[in-house]
Amino acid sequence: MDQVEIGLWGVPLAILGGAIRVSTPFIFVSLGECLTERSGRINLGLEGTLVFGAMSGYAVAYESGNPFVGVLAAALAGACFGLLHGWICKFKGVNDIAVGIAMMLFGMGLAFFFGKPYIQPQAPDLPAFNLGWWSDIPQLRAALQVNVLFIAGGLLAVAMAWMFRSTRVGLIVRVVGDSTDAARAMGLSPDRVRLLATGAGGALAGIGGAYLSLYYPGSWTEGVSSGQGLMAIALVIFARWNPINCFWAALLFGGAGALGPALQSVGVSEGYYLFFAAPYVLTLGLLILTSSPDRAMQGAPLELSLTK
Amino acid sequence: MTSQAQIPARGHGTGAQTLIGLMFRAEAVLIPVGALLAGAAAFSLFLLAIGKSPAEFYALVWKAGFSSAFSWQNTLSRVAPLVLAALCVALPARLGLVIIGGEGAIVLGGLAAAVTGTAVAGLPAGIGMVTMALAGMALGGLWIGTIGALRIKRGVNETISSLLMAYIAIALMNHFVEGPFRDPASLNKPSTAPLEAGLRVGDMPFVAAHWGVVAGVLACLFCWILIERTTLGFAARIAGDNVRAAQVQGLPVSRLVIGFTALGGAFAGLAGYFEVAAVHGSANASLIAGYGYTGILVAFLARHNPLAILPVAVLLGGFEASSGLIQRRMDLPDATIQVFEGMVFVIILLSEALYGRLRIFTPAFWEHR
Repeated sequence: MDQVEIGLWGVPLAILGGAIRVSTPFIFVSLGECLTERSGRINLGLEGTLVFGAMSGYAVAYESGNPFVGVLAAALAGACFGLLHGWICKFKGVNDIAVGIAMMLFGMGLAFFFGKPYIQPQAPDLPAFNLGWWSDIPQLRAALQVNVLFIAGGLLAVAMAWMFRSTRVGLIVRVVGDSTDAARAMGLSPDRVRLLATGAGGALAGIGGAYLSLYYPGSWTEGVSSGQGLMAIALVIFARWNPINCFWAALLFGGAGALGPALQSVGVSEGYYLFFAAPYVLTLGLLILTSSPDRAMQGAPLELSLTK
Repeated sequence: MTSQAQIPARGHGTGAQTLIGLMFRAEAVLIPVGALLAGAAAFSLFLLAIGKSPAEFYALVWKAGFSSAFSWQNTLSRVAPLVLAALCVALPARLGLVIIGGEGAIVLGGLAAAVTGTAVAGLPAGIGMVTMALAGMALGGLWIGTIGALRIKRGVNETISSLLMAYIAIALMNHFVEGPFRDPASLNKPSTAPLEAGLRVGDMPFVAAHWGVVAGVLACLFCWILIERTTLGFAARIAGDNVRAAQVQGLPVSRLVIGFTALGGAFAGLAGYFEVAAVHGSANASLIAGYGYTGILVAFLARHNPLAILPVAVLLGGFEASSGLIQRRMDLPDATIQVFEGMVFVIILLSEALYGRLRIFTPAFWEHR
């Protein structure tokens, strides 16, 4: 089908399509971090988990020929990183923020180390649904190519919100996150709950990484992630530790990330690198607006070292 | 400063006090060294697991990093940026801030120095060089100082904001190097105009390494004196231990945070200046070399002690210098050193749990013998 001339309408369309494509890793990493932080621990190492998930997902999908096996492998690898992080942070006197930085560098190092042979070969892509079938405009159809993981991420956000609100597991995570002492008094083991929450958070970040290498951009390179894992952590603060808000914030960030390529597609190339910085500037701006010097942050888990 | 803070007398007390001091220092040295060795052992296991020889690895690190004048040149060329980048982590860390975006200050410091270099081309070389260095330090200090100000004025988490600002800094540099300040002659690799010969920083006599190493040593000495021997540094250490106590004491916590972060940023900017003036000759993508990230590890290994930063930077500089040889001889990917550094980093942090826990470092353990 030929391109239909739609002029400047192409920009918002490209941003919409970009938001859907770019936001998926944000959704998974931010939901994972949301779960971890709700249990009272911060994992800054998810950028490393994301990159390692991208590598392992791609490598396993290539070796097995099945992208979903790759996603599973990425989730397992991410869980391992999360559990390691959770185990280290259990010890008294260990700074969880610094451990996150170390795990980030360690995860990226390992990913680059084992990923070298997989930079060339082509692994199978994850399938996408064509939600734009009703339209004649090819740009709109392209924008509405929705990947299966994006839908899974949306459902997960709803499920996690329900879990926090109405289930026993959700209550346990929230209690541990708000008061270690109260959790102990209830007979819970805060360390174990945090370990599991950090492991599950790592698994979700691993899935986000698999999306990067198996769908968009759709190949494994050492530059596959440029801080998405870190932006997703800032996004959780902006979303006030609410899974549904995480989903919408991820879409917003995805749209910001698509701004540069969208403008370039209609011939605006001036300041390309500045538009490339848009998501970082947006994240920083939102972080400044939503932080507060003297009040405890609304909605923040009380045991979180980030807000203490 | 109005506070009447007293620096406690050191050493020279009674025998018991001396012993406590000695134990305290032994703990501060032996735990990091032990953790480093444990990291090296863990990495050896990793190499064995993938069928490579740890002995060959460490022999190659020795050969490429420390065994000859040529290898020392290779190592020392990395020491200057590593030391200065580590100070950008260590100074804020003394106030309890974890800043990891030194890479951004290096990149922008280098850009500012290179652009200033084209502007001061007609002036005497000495004045031109100082102006360039100051420009790099000013922009680096402004960049990281902003992170400190955001932390203290708005409560913005400094770890996240510093890394975000590193990405923004790299985007800014790419923009300026490919756009307004691009030298039309730089075809394959967009760069600023090359510095004229008089503005380049040369090598030191007898040692095949540029003067940035001396600047790094002086910067460490300066920071050590600042932290350990001035009331300003004493105030900073109090604020780092307990912000509320510092505020109750009437210490100017805001100004301390902004000042220390800005100073750290200025050192990172100075690293960018030396990378441009002594190594690359212009600002381009080569400035994004990852020194800012290795500098984090250097600072944590040195436990944010400016004097310990020097030997640690030499050690890690040697490891990084051996990367190429290890790739060729052992057929390992270039990320091998990154894996090593990651393992050491994780284990170093794990070792933090040991402080005050090991009986061997308590005077009681020794008095009963």
